[in-house]
Amino acid sequence: MKAVREVLSGTKSLLVGMRLTLREFFKPTITVQYPHQTLPMPERFRGHIELRRDPETGKALCTACKLCERACPSDCILVDGVKLEGEKKKSVTDYHLNFTQCSLCGACIEACPSDAIQFTKRYNLASQTNDYRNMDLVQRFKDQPEKK
Amino acid sequence: MSFFEPYLPAVRLLIFLVGTVAFVGLNAAYLVWVERKGAGRFQRRPGPMEVGPQGLLQPLADGLKLMSKQLIVPPGADATLFRLAPAMVIAPALMCLATIPYSESLLAPRNLNIGLIMVFAFGSINVMAIMLGGWASRNKYAIISAARVVSQNVAYEIPMLLVVITILMVTGTMNLNDIVKQQGPYFWDWNLFRVWENPLMPVTFVIFFICMLAETNRAPFDMAEAESELVAGAFTEYAGMGFGVFFMGEYANILVGCSLATVLFLGGWQSPIGLFPGVWWFFLKLYALVFTVVWIRWTFPRTQFYGLLNLSWKILIPISLVTLLLTAVVMKLPLLF
Amino acid sequence: MIAPKESTAGTPSNETFTLNLGPQHPATHGVLRVKLTMDGEYITRAEPVPGYIHRMHEKMGENRTWAQYLPNTSRVDYLSAMTYTHAYVGAVERALKLEVPLRAEFIRVITSELNRISSHLVGWGAFVMDLGGFTPILYAFDDREKILDLLEAVTGSRLTYCYYRFGGVVADVDTAFLEGCKAFVKHMRPRLDFYRALVTDNIILRKRLEGIGMVSAEMCRRYGACGPVLRGSDVAYDVRKNEPYSIYNQFDFDIPHYPQGDSMARYNVRMDEIEQSLRIIDQAVAKIPEGPIMGKVPRVLKLPVGDFCYATEAARGRLLVRVSSDGKDTPYRVRLRTPCFCNLSLFEEASKGMLLPDAIAFMGSLDLVIPDIDR
Repeated sequence: MKAVREVLSGTKSLLVGMRLTLREFFKPTITVQYPHQTLPMPERFRGHIELRRDPETGKALCTACKLCERACPSDCILVDGVKLEGEKKKSVTDYHLNFTQCSLCGACIEACPSDAIQFTKRYNLASQTNDYRNMDLVQRFKDQPEKK
Repeated sequence: MSFFEPYLPAVRLLIFLVGTVAFVGLNAAYLVWVERKGAGRFQRRPGPMEVGPQGLLQPLADGLKLMSKQLIVPPGADATLFRLAPAMVIAPALMCLATIPYSESLLAPRNLNIGLIMVFAFGSINVMAIMLGGWASRNKYAIISAARVVSQNVAYEIPMLLVVITILMVTGTMNLNDIVKQQGPYFWDWNLFRVWENPLMPVTFVIFFICMLAETNRAPFDMAEAESELVAGAFTEYAGMGFGVFFMGEYANILVGCSLATVLFLGGWQSPIGLFPGVWWFFLKLYALVFTVVWIRWTFPRTQFYGLLNLSWKILIPISLVTLLLTAVVMKLPLLF
Repeated sequence: MIAPKESTAGTPSNETFTLNLGPQHPATHGVLRVKLTMDGEYITRAEPVPGYIHRMHEKMGENRTWAQYLPNTSRVDYLSAMTYTHAYVGAVERALKLEVPLRAEFIRVITSELNRISSHLVGWGAFVMDLGGFTPILYAFDDREKILDLLEAVTGSRLTYCYYRFGGVVADVDTAFLEGCKAFVKHMRPRLDFYRALVTDNIILRKRLEGIGMVSAEMCRRYGACGPVLRGSDVAYDVRKNEPYSIYNQFDFDIPHYPQGDSMARYNVRMDEIEQSLRIIDQAVAKIPEGPIMGKVPRVLKLPVGDFCYATEAARGRLLVRVSSDGKDTPYRVRLRTPCFCNLSLFEEASKGMLLPDAIAFMGSLDLVIPDIDR
């Protein structure tokens, strides 16, 4: 008797399962067809870093103080700067990021005293060459149009 | 005209066989697509979408990919058996499908009066092919899988044949077309609903369906492949088209199983409402069953091996024996009065 | 339908063979290798061989500053990164006697519990996938996606959050996040019923899990097993209750535990824990105070000389971080006592005489994360 009851309750559980999946079958799909559709990245998304612009002068805010270099746990930042004539602080000439080692922890941004670096929202970085081993952020900064 | 007259049956036979091969090939390729699409829908995603509209050319792309790969024979493997096994999976399925009556006139050129026996005779070769493939691979996972396949199929052949004997007693013929002809023209004439012959007829259909799943190694009884336990079971060492043929063979066998279920229980090409009997009804029923097979696969986890054997020996075989006896009693009941 | 009683496993025959389960095997989720000595399909000896994904997280702690070690903590058990960061941050805070603002503590609790749910969802999905059911993991990922979206909006990352800092959290949460948490709790409860009907009550699953992989409380004690494995063996031990850290003593929740000690018990513990985590989130979101999110932290961190421990309840069990300081700005030693390592170590004893598929179901019920074993 117990065996019969077990068979019946077991069959019922199977039928319940099948009913549930069939209901899911007729629901609309919930995925995003990735290369064709993309989702907006959230405000705080941590992509690789980039140099920020001073909205008044249009120059990079970075003063090449090298605090980010020291804060980085993976040693993937290399900064250099010169002191230009007639300016109080140094300005950045070289800012290299080895993105292959970066773990996107944000220690550099927290360490920065002049708020000169920020995260980008780039996420689909892939390369067959060594493009991201030595990212020239100063060049990237120059290439970017000034926002009005 | 009269010159060609004697050759006409041969031409007809040739066309029918070529048509069967094409039908199996097309189905084996596109059932993969159906499965992937179905799995996608069950999991709230669209499935293949990239190759062709709705991913319709995906089987073609897959086939090209598989064909362009090398068929690697692992060192130490039995090369002959290793290469023979995939062919042995798909060939019996072709043979079986040649006997299926698709409609009243679209059927095997020779009226096979032992069609049912032929289907089962060839249907069992599938097991041997997987066993040989697993054995010849010289891989521990494959050998475990081969051993499993044999005991699984031996266990499930019994209830399946018992159920078929029940049907045979009801129909009194092994000619598949005659079996279909008996079940018409309304759905209550189908074997599935002939409860006055045997009150447990729907149960026999369920048993047949379960056994069919087990015989074709489909989830939840996919002991042979069991990818989370045996990597890919008997197919572990197969690459390229060797694997592809196994894969197609699985779908061809599902097609055989579902066709047989349609013929034996669901009235084949007969219409359920007495209108327009024909090949479309056959395909409608066939693909409804195929969909159910896909549906079951994407719903349940895999059974444990002894659970599978227990299900066969402790539940399915006793029940099918009871239905067999019951049918015999019901048939001989008039003699008592 | 019961497991065969007279297995030949107890009496070793001469015909055993060695089977390598992993390091590339679909059921070992990563790179765990288990060297199986098999007698047919019965296991006579299962020897786990970890070390294929060893990344020296403990050693790395010794050559970087206290703060620089933070990103490492998310990468040990990447599925419950929050609790790992919490333990490390907690140990350093304990050493420096830092005061953490109440709002930050609430945020930590909410994010940790969200992380626990997402971890259990993956564990559940992967477990059912080990048993051959493919669909549940995608349903689980659908729900997990909602958690990840919430956490991504706050922390900027989806898996390796690196969100907690010494003395607080790095960024404040907004009302959208709190509303999102409320909505998620509301969404998740019916989903749990759905999971129960679809998977937990399924006869095939029950047959595969009930009575399989017995682990007694005594065995747990010998191997130091913890988390759902321990609670599945009828020991209601949970760090959040037994040695409350953070502000867990302010919340009302239960410790689910089952007496059977089989795979099904461990499975049930996890499913019930999702429910308890939802309860905690519910209460925390309702009670979260306004205020600062960072306490007063010295600019240069130098820990006093000594040993400092902090234990948290990670998704897979008790995680203990012990830091030793010799007064410098880098740790002298960082020691992670991770739950998966202990949970794996009982596998060898418990899997003796099992059938291969049962052993895989058993391993799935331990819910192992391989990087957590190797560190």
